[in-house]
Amino acid sequence: MAKKLNMRKRYEVLTRGLGWEPTYQPKEKVFPQETYEGIKIVDWDKWEDPFRLTTDAYWKYQAEKDKKLYAVIDSFAQNNGHLNLSSASYVNALKIFIQGVSPLEYGAHRGYANLARQFSGEGAQLACQMQSIDELRHSQTQIHTLSHYNKHFTGLHDPFHMHDRVWYLSVPKSYFDDARSAGPFEFITSISFAFEYILTNLLFVPFMSGAAHNGDMATVTFGFSAQSDESRHMTLGLEIIKFLVEQHEDNLEIVQGWIDKHFWRAYRVLGLVSAMQDYMLPDSPMSWKEAWDIYFVDNCGALFKDLARYGLRMPKFHEQATDEAEHLSHQVYTALYQFSHAAAFHTEVPSKEKMDWLSEKYPNTFDKYYRPRWEMYAQMEKEGKRFFNMGLPQLCQVCQVPMSFTEVSKGEPMKLSQRVTEFNGDKYHTCSDGCKDIFDHEPEKYAHAWLPPHQIFQGNCGGAEIPDVLKYYHFNPEDGGDYKGSTDEATWKAAHGLDDQQTTPEKSA
Amino acid sequence: MSKDKLFIILQNTEGARPFTEAFEQENPNAVFKYDQPGMIRIENNGFLGITKEVVSELAGHEVDLQELHLVLVSLSGHVDEDDDYFRLSWN
Amino acid sequence: MSVHISTKEIKAKRVNYAYIGRRIGHDKPASRYQEAIYDVQPTTNFHYPPSWAKDRELYDVRNTSIVMKDWYTFTDPRQYYYSSYVIARAKQQEGMDNNFKMLEKHNMLSSLAVELKSSIKNILSPLRHVEYGANMNNQDICDRGYGSSITSLSSFNGFDRIAMSQYISRITLLIDENETEGLVKAKSDWLENPMWQELRHAMEDIFVLDDWFEIMVAQNVVMDGLIFPLIFDRYIKNLHSKGASGITLLTQFMAEWYGETIRWTNQLIKVTAAESEENKQLLSTWVTTWSTRIEEALEVYSVEALGEDGKQQLTEIKTELFTRLTKQGLDL
Repeated sequence: MAKKLNMRKRYEVLTRGLGWEPTYQPKEKVFPQETYEGIKIVDWDKWEDPFRLTTDAYWKYQAEKDKKLYAVIDSFAQNNGHLNLSSASYVNALKIFIQGVSPLEYGAHRGYANLARQFSGEGAQLACQMQSIDELRHSQTQIHTLSHYNKHFTGLHDPFHMHDRVWYLSVPKSYFDDARSAGPFEFITSISFAFEYILTNLLFVPFMSGAAHNGDMATVTFGFSAQSDESRHMTLGLEIIKFLVEQHEDNLEIVQGWIDKHFWRAYRVLGLVSAMQDYMLPDSPMSWKEAWDIYFVDNCGALFKDLARYGLRMPKFHEQATDEAEHLSHQVYTALYQFSHAAAFHTEVPSKEKMDWLSEKYPNTFDKYYRPRWEMYAQMEKEGKRFFNMGLPQLCQVCQVPMSFTEVSKGEPMKLSQRVTEFNGDKYHTCSDGCKDIFDHEPEKYAHAWLPPHQIFQGNCGGAEIPDVLKYYHFNPEDGGDYKGSTDEATWKAAHGLDDQQTTPEKSA
Repeated sequence: MSKDKLFIILQNTEGARPFTEAFEQENPNAVFKYDQPGMIRIENNGFLGITKEVVSELAGHEVDLQELHLVLVSLSGHVDEDDDYFRLSWN
Repeated sequence: MSVHISTKEIKAKRVNYAYIGRRIGHDKPASRYQEAIYDVQPTTNFHYPPSWAKDRELYDVRNTSIVMKDWYTFTDPRQYYYSSYVIARAKQQEGMDNNFKMLEKHNMLSSLAVELKSSIKNILSPLRHVEYGANMNNQDICDRGYGSSITSLSSFNGFDRIAMSQYISRITLLIDENETEGLVKAKSDWLENPMWQELRHAMEDIFVLDDWFEIMVAQNVVMDGLIFPLIFDRYIKNLHSKGASGITLLTQFMAEWYGETIRWTNQLIKVTAAESEENKQLLSTWVTTWSTRIEEALEVYSVEALGEDGKQQLTEIKTELFTRLTKQGLDL
């Protein structure tokens, strides 16, 4: 009987050595993207495989996961599982998810295919290839899960069209375009490390747990099912960083620069998630601040302590992100609230219970700074003057979030934070030190950004009036505005036989 | 070994049971948190590990440790795995 | 919950996503395949040009000379989206795994006659590198191609290539009772043995093609169209008749895979050629050029694999390929 190969050896003989050094074409022509970023790879064989999944095991486990997932999706649709939600207002978080996140999953699929072609080391090549196909899985399982919601609620009908055009979706889109348009090593540092390793837990873990909390069994199932892939991706993120800094001393400074940049860039995208978590989940099991403390302060603190031996340090401006943790969701949701007449989701003044929860979770900030503002908005609404900001927001040139962040780190949380850089005779506005730093480092890149308000003014978005622009976005009139009085609310009430005063079904004993 | 906290999160399902119990049995100092819906968060200082032997015994049949992929939600630390063990640690 | 059943009203607002409705009609329910592949790829308003090609966009129709009014004219006749793909493959893999277990248990490969073993190592084993190269080409198509219909398919196709390279490696290991000398030899043959060099040369030339659709044709239509019938049909039957019956089971996946692959390559060629005379000429030229080159590259190999009339058999295979592609509308 032949000797048995253990997992490591088996993986090694089945993957390593498949590639070869080309001789009929120059290596730099076959792998043209491997050197121009200045990264030096001395020996790809030093790559440590993050997880040793061969294709046969991959198919087996992924098929098993998908069979379970699709069984849930089917039964959710058959049984009108959306009726078991805590409230239809919950669906607004799903709208942002499919408009903002699912297209990124698809973008990641293509981006990792690029790495799978461009990396000349088989270990890294295969890890990227598995991630590429996983990301395709995520975009598709999200489309399939949310398909049922699309049949019953507004705003989920045309996510990919919207992602390419809508003002608030340029926040995630520009981040991904930023990483994708950089070279392969910057892309992988950005997505695998800064996004997947440092920040993805903040998106998926509390949010998916929140889906369970709000009765959305379909989303929690695709979320957790995707997370098992994410765990592999996170491990790839950690491995690539260690590998790059171990390969050559010159790589350290480049990699640290990318970590700094993409941490801040990804963090700004997650501002949307903070609003979803604290405001858009009717029942939230964990606040943004609590999640930030666990997944960033504790976990990334430990991570960077560990990475210190490679000479890596915490990303630049991380202190500001932590300072902002008690303000972020309130500021972002306020911006969404003000502009939701031009959005494909609804917002509303938080309920009394929600405000009490926010006071409890944000004892230092909510009652002092944000409750009074919500009470003012509630009063205006009562007077029939629900506040919408009818102008176009000024966006940060880098993160493309409306300029509504404040000088939290300077101890002036009510003072708007604005930075400006002059470049080629023009002024470019940024929202923070972090974004200004990114702009100043690559001004020609960011000057090039497709900023929705500018594009609207230039007539590139269907016309000069808001209804023209909304048409260009493929928004229907019922997609935006306040949740109260929306067709979603009406649908929900009709389905539950609720009268005008009730908003949630009574819980029976 | 560094004493920094690391964690693994598993789905709170029947399929995860042998793994969860193995973490419990093999990491006496680990802390188990059930406060988030749908998941179990397991934390320990510096190290978490399970062996195939214990997982298989708890499951009542031979388990391939890669089946962990079916119930894994998240983790931190460096992964070290082979046929007969799965470990997480900070260096 | 105390819901008043009598007043409950659960009526769907719409049948479809709008992006699917625009393609199949807003009142017609979509299949999972349709939801997964139509129009998912970004098309416009890109923020920054790619740093490696500043004159292009991140997704750009100009990456090929093939012109399509609608890049979703082609759909996969197998209707693979991730889940249906992976479940189909898991089922095949289970069968393959049983085959491997059975052959290993009965020492059916390690007990083969020496000349059969060495034939398998000479002819089959180096194909693990061919499959790896084919994977690189498909990852490239997935990266630079246009439209989620074509690119998702090349992602699956690439993954299958890695799987096939791993099956070939496992066959080699089984012959060698898990020693790696056969794998080492396969690599040195691929790199140095004259029999493989023209094929490797062609492969490396395909790696550096600018036009992703030409890569599609050279790799997935022409190279596969010659190698798979040659090896996974004729050569394996040959081995079978010489007593290596087990090898048929261990290459079952490859035989099935090729049968399946022809279905979508036919469809792709057909709709692309039907779009315009220019497309048709371009495709025809690519097929002609690459099939001449790869046929030449495989001459010695075909004789080594099939015996004296190997070259003649290779010509037959090429004729079959041309007949099939002519039926799809090419001028060959």
